[in-house]
Amino acid sequence: MKQLRFWFLAPARSLTFGLFLVPLAIVVVYSFLTRGTYGGQGQPFTLENYTRLSDPLYLEILVKSFWIASLSTAICLLMGFPLAMFIARSDPKWRGTWINLVMLPFWTSFLVRTYAWMFLLRDTGLINTVLQGLGIIHDPLPLLYNDGAVILGLVYGYLPFMVLPIYSTLERQDPFLLEAAADLGATPWQSLWRVTIPISKPGILAGSVLVFIPCLGAYLTPDLMGGGKSIMIGNVVQQQFTSARDWPFGASLSLALTALVMLLLWFVMKRGGKELI
Amino acid sequence: MKANRGLALYAVAAYLFLHLPLLVLTVFSFNASRFTRWEGFSFKWYAALAEDPRLAEATVNSLIIAVVATLLATAAGTLCAYGLWKRSAPVLEASLYTGLVTPEIVTGVSLLALYQWLFHYFNFRLGLHTVILAHVTFCIAYVMIVVQARLKTIDKSLEEAAMDLGATEFGAFRQVTLPILMPGIIAAALLAFTISFDDYVITSLVAGVDSETLPMVIYTMARKGVSPAVNAMSTLIVIGVGVLIVAAEKLQKQPS
Repeated sequence: MKQLRFWFLAPARSLTFGLFLVPLAIVVVYSFLTRGTYGGQGQPFTLENYTRLSDPLYLEILVKSFWIASLSTAICLLMGFPLAMFIARSDPKWRGTWINLVMLPFWTSFLVRTYAWMFLLRDTGLINTVLQGLGIIHDPLPLLYNDGAVILGLVYGYLPFMVLPIYSTLERQDPFLLEAAADLGATPWQSLWRVTIPISKPGILAGSVLVFIPCLGAYLTPDLMGGGKSIMIGNVVQQQFTSARDWPFGASLSLALTALVMLLLWFVMKRGGKELI
Repeated sequence: MKANRGLALYAVAAYLFLHLPLLVLTVFSFNASRFTRWEGFSFKWYAALAEDPRLAEATVNSLIIAVVATLLATAAGTLCAYGLWKRSAPVLEASLYTGLVTPEIVTGVSLLALYQWLFHYFNFRLGLHTVILAHVTFCIAYVMIVVQARLKTIDKSLEEAAMDLGATEFGAFRQVTLPILMPGIIAAALLAFTISFDDYVITSLVAGVDSETLPMVIYTMARKGVSPAVNAMSTLIVIGVGVLIVAAEKLQKQPS
């Protein structure tokens, strides 16, 4: 009885251990080492990689990443909530289709979706070409390679993560509650604020976490749509491991990023974890 | 009523926001011009794709990686979900979920650190195999979640009945539970395939010089500037992945 389960779990266990936990442990060790002259790492052991995190340069990028992730999450919430409400109030026959239409772009390659926006936004892209053709502008607008473009890319990428959990809480809402609110004299806005939103709180919380976490650790979106001008913490990690060849510092940055994500998750789970799952 | 109409109008706008970028990209992949100005319908960028040896090699690499990683991850993930269904294993589950929420870039650099460390002690090089191992590892959690959803709908007494009738434990798994799980397993495999086929961040860190994948080529082209060939390639990927996802969706909805 026990033996079969042991062998069934063995492949997943050894892969997760060998290719996820051990690598993380190596990163932990590296974060306490000193960078070598030619890019390697070695002794002496040091805490310098951690004290360097408080360097204003990196602190600024960290704060900025937090800011971009928060703003993207807020925009996703503002855009996703009404969409989820629309789907939840639509004809039950069509709900599946509406949800699939939200999910479809999400399942197509993240890279392709980012590229699609670059195609629209770059100086020679569609929006600038059309505006110039119509004579509205003379010089192309700088739409790409700034914070706004990064936020747009993140919102576009993770909007489905916000819509789905909010939809699933709204779907369970009793429609008679709204009727009752209206009978008691509530305007549509009042019933939105005092009935619908309080009910969908677990969905809002889950959606916000699901959007915020990948946004905070984003690498590809700021890399392509920020074009090196608008970088986030994920890009600094990548730089340290590639061009800068400072693995120990890259390691401490990676751990700081992971710790932030875990702390946030732990905090949310503790406060509303039961409702979340 | 008025509020509902406003909501419907908003929904139209939101769906346009979600779908227009990819639709525009598709339309312009058929543009005869190299530039963003429409100059007539043409298949020439698709023809150009077929003649690009770098793209062909990257496609083959991506397919090999995705197929092998999918087979391995589906097997490991299914067995894992089944084992956990019998009795939970908190440490393993926590590690799998931690893997899901760890930023991709961190997973990537830590794998790179492992590979480099192995390289020190063994004759070990970056290549297709290192990418495949990475993909198997991050796909297992997704497979596990999809198969677990299917397992939740199964009555545990079915296996007990089979064992009362003389089936061995493994026999009950193979002849009773596995057939019921099949649609879920195939859906999980399709999901794993698309995730593996699309991955750029982790792949680019652990791929060797001779193991460039399709997303890596698209990334390089996207950085360089507009090329209608990328539009054509992207369109093909969108259609291919779309078909897989619709199939996976259909299978998951099949009643047990």
